[in-house]
Amino acid sequence: MLELLANLGKNTRSSFAKLGRAFYFLLHTVSGIGDVMLRPSLIIKQLYSVGVLSFLIISISGLFVGMVLGLQGYYILTDFGAAESLGLMVAASLVRELGPVVSAILFAGRAGSALTAEIGLMKATEQLSGMEMMAVDPIRRIISPRFLAGIISTPLLAALFSSVGIMGGHLVGVSMLGVDDGAFWSQMQATIDFQEDIINGVIKSVVFGFVVSWISLFEGYDAIPTSEGVSRATTRTVVNSAFSILGLDFILTALMFGDI
Amino acid sequence: MQHSKTQDTLVGLFVASGIAALFYMAFQVSNLGNYTGGDTYTVIARFQNSGGLKVKSPVSVAGVKIGRVTSISLDRESHESIVEMHIESKYDNLPDDSGASIYTAGLLGEKYVSIDPGPGISGQFLKNKSKIENVSSAIILEEMIGKFFLNKAEGK
Repeated sequence: MLELLANLGKNTRSSFAKLGRAFYFLLHTVSGIGDVMLRPSLIIKQLYSVGVLSFLIISISGLFVGMVLGLQGYYILTDFGAAESLGLMVAASLVRELGPVVSAILFAGRAGSALTAEIGLMKATEQLSGMEMMAVDPIRRIISPRFLAGIISTPLLAALFSSVGIMGGHLVGVSMLGVDDGAFWSQMQATIDFQEDIINGVIKSVVFGFVVSWISLFEGYDAIPTSEGVSRATTRTVVNSAFSILGLDFILTALMFGDI
Repeated sequence: MQHSKTQDTLVGLFVASGIAALFYMAFQVSNLGNYTGGDTYTVIARFQNSGGLKVKSPVSVAGVKIGRVTSISLDRESHESIVEMHIESKYDNLPDDSGASIYTAGLLGEKYVSIDPGPGISGQFLKNKSKIENVSSAIILEEMIGKFFLNKAEGK
């Protein structure tokens, strides 16, 4: 019994310590962003590995998600004789929720895990210590550009996801199932509000990009420098990112669209 | 160097397509495409019942959208619904004896305000803060069904 309590105390202590390290890490990373902006070539390189390489998986997933929404939505809406609202349904669910959330989860799986593994291996092979020996701040030189690239690419990827998804929904709904083209777009345009829906979706995806980049970079930086430690850190990145994205999504939705 | 150039190009392509997607959503998907940023003037109408009308519901003449509802409030004295709407300034020639009605687009569609231009006997037009006197309220489906059954029962 006493053992159990001691364990609980130990776990609490270590999670607080980790949270504290994570916050200092974040402050240090953010303080380096100014330096990074003066050297854009660093960001370009990271935008390539974080954004461009996630481009394909995001657009293809977006297409399929949109097509499934079109198909399922059509069958449900025809029951109510409201198949013309298909465009609205597809667009609202993509722009508000699925676009930011699914693209952030895919981003965590595709880019976040890679970031953790990269940083973790740098730590394990003592490249980070090597940089410190040369009086180069590894956080400013290595972490900050990746962090900034993550925040820049997620809203772009989410916008891509949503637009490709809407095209997918249009493909299935209008071209295959015969929903009226004009009604598809006009119902969408009449209801989707630029500020309320699209800007809020972009804000969501910026927040998710921030959180995913933070988690994945910190987990890599904080990993135990062994192969097992890096593999655990990578797993934690994906799991924690998914949790944080879904949890934050609820909070953000409640703040943005709910009257809570 | 060559490598860095292709990388630059690909990143440029990525950022450009991301921004293009944002613009696509702004103009094709949302209401920004038919957003009218021009000047508007406010017209007020008092309805017995504005059931189902919402802020941002369209205001139309002969089926053409000319403005939006901007606020709906309750008059504390008469318990009427005060509906304020913004009408685009280019439609400044609506006679001041025009009528306003609340209709439904389709059986279950959204409510909108329809303005029926009057004969214009006074020769005046609706101006900023004008009141529309000739109004007819929203048709509430439940009320109509209720009345229908009542009439049926009485007719027996």
